[in-house]
Amino acid sequence: MLKKITLACALLLSPLTYAAGLQISVEIPKLNVTEYHTPYTAVWLESTAEGDKKFTKTLAVWYADKKREGGGEKWLKDLRQWWRRDGRNLTFPVDGVSGATKLAGVHQLSFTQGAAPLGTLPKGDYVLFVEVAREGGGREVVRVPFTWPVEKPTSFKESGSAEVGAVTLDLNP
Amino acid sequence: MKNIIQCVLFSSAMVASAVAQAHSTWLLPSDTSKGNKGGWVAFDLTSSEEFFTFNGGAPKLGPIQVIAPDANTTEVQNIFEGKVRNSFEVEMTQQGTYKVFNTNSGLTARWETADGKRGFWPPRGAKADPAELATAVPKDAKNLEVTQASRRVETFVTVGAPTRESLKPTNQGLELVPVTHPNDLAASEASEFIFLMDGKPAVGAKIEVVEGGSRYRLSPAEQNYETDKNGRVKIQWKKTGMYWLGASYKDNKAAKPATGRSGSYSATFEVLAE
Repeated sequence: MLKKITLACALLLSPLTYAAGLQISVEIPKLNVTEYHTPYTAVWLESTAEGDKKFTKTLAVWYADKKREGGGEKWLKDLRQWWRRDGRNLTFPVDGVSGATKLAGVHQLSFTQGAAPLGTLPKGDYVLFVEVAREGGGREVVRVPFTWPVEKPTSFKESGSAEVGAVTLDLNP
Repeated sequence: MKNIIQCVLFSSAMVASAVAQAHSTWLLPSDTSKGNKGGWVAFDLTSSEEFFTFNGGAPKLGPIQVIAPDANTTEVQNIFEGKVRNSFEVEMTQQGTYKVFNTNSGLTARWETADGKRGFWPPRGAKADPAELATAVPKDAKNLEVTQASRRVETFVTVGAPTRESLKPTNQGLELVPVTHPNDLAASEASEFIFLMDGKPAVGAKIEVVEGGSRYRLSPAEQNYETDKNGRVKIQWKKTGMYWLGASYKDNKAAKPATGRSGSYSATFEVLAE
């Protein structure tokens, strides 16, 4: 049974690897602190254009989504930069975007050109942002600039120094 | 009618006390930005030399007003009046921007008596009754100056995304009309505001901006600005933090019996990461 599921998943996932889009991996570092709360995380894109052409798209938000009466939602504003850029305009939960906080480790995200939540990403210069804020801890933003579309598979890697580990961005043409 | 009189009496006392203390008045919110669910926000109103430390004296708590995002007024709760600070709380349940403020206005007068001494009204610490002005000033007074003084202290809190319905000016006294939304200020981005005096651009108003935490700095590090011919000013924030903005304006375009107008305004803003 397990094998069947694995196979099914592999079949489902494999075309994504080749479809035009973004593969993002976000490392939540393991922190040796007395009181650890899994961090709130926002992953979003911004175009570097100014004015009306400026474009912001939230790709993933991890927060305490199962707290009673949306209790976790009130801390979303602590993802301060994302909150100002897009978060305060959204209604939670956001289908296909928001989910529970993640444990320490490397988390994979995959977005396909033309499919929700990415939609069709217009040609242009962008910055991928990963913002992490932890209750009783710090806050950090990692930026990965890139140009879309790409002609051949292209990879970028940046790293935070405290709350965010490695962030990799793989672009598929 | 009685209420109106009391209000005027009280207001004039407030204006007099604000002038007497050289301290700056400020209204500090516990939060300027709340999640979409809203909640309680605590406020402290006091005056001091340092922002935002409680080492001055609390002015008498005048009526605090709250304009909710739907432009209706909202109730203030859990009022505490102390020696060092006045506090209250507001439950914010609507999406959008709340304006929380205290404002008042009144007449003050000063003159020189026939034998060259200085006279002023209302007497220090006394309540001013506008009806008494005529009898308070001696018939032979020289260089009589009657000032229509207004004062406003305010701050802004937004639940979810910022809105502008609560930000409309009343066209009375010195007021700030935001071009940049007051809950959308970011470090390294300039913010633009317009100042109005009784609804008209306050040209040449003096603006002072000080970052909080002055106790821990060697100098107050204030920034000074002046509004242009349209009453506009552009503030360049240097970093994130809570800021105090003070504005003052004076002219001689008052309605009788006043000979001059003066307006004082202060607001607390939070400047966030870009």
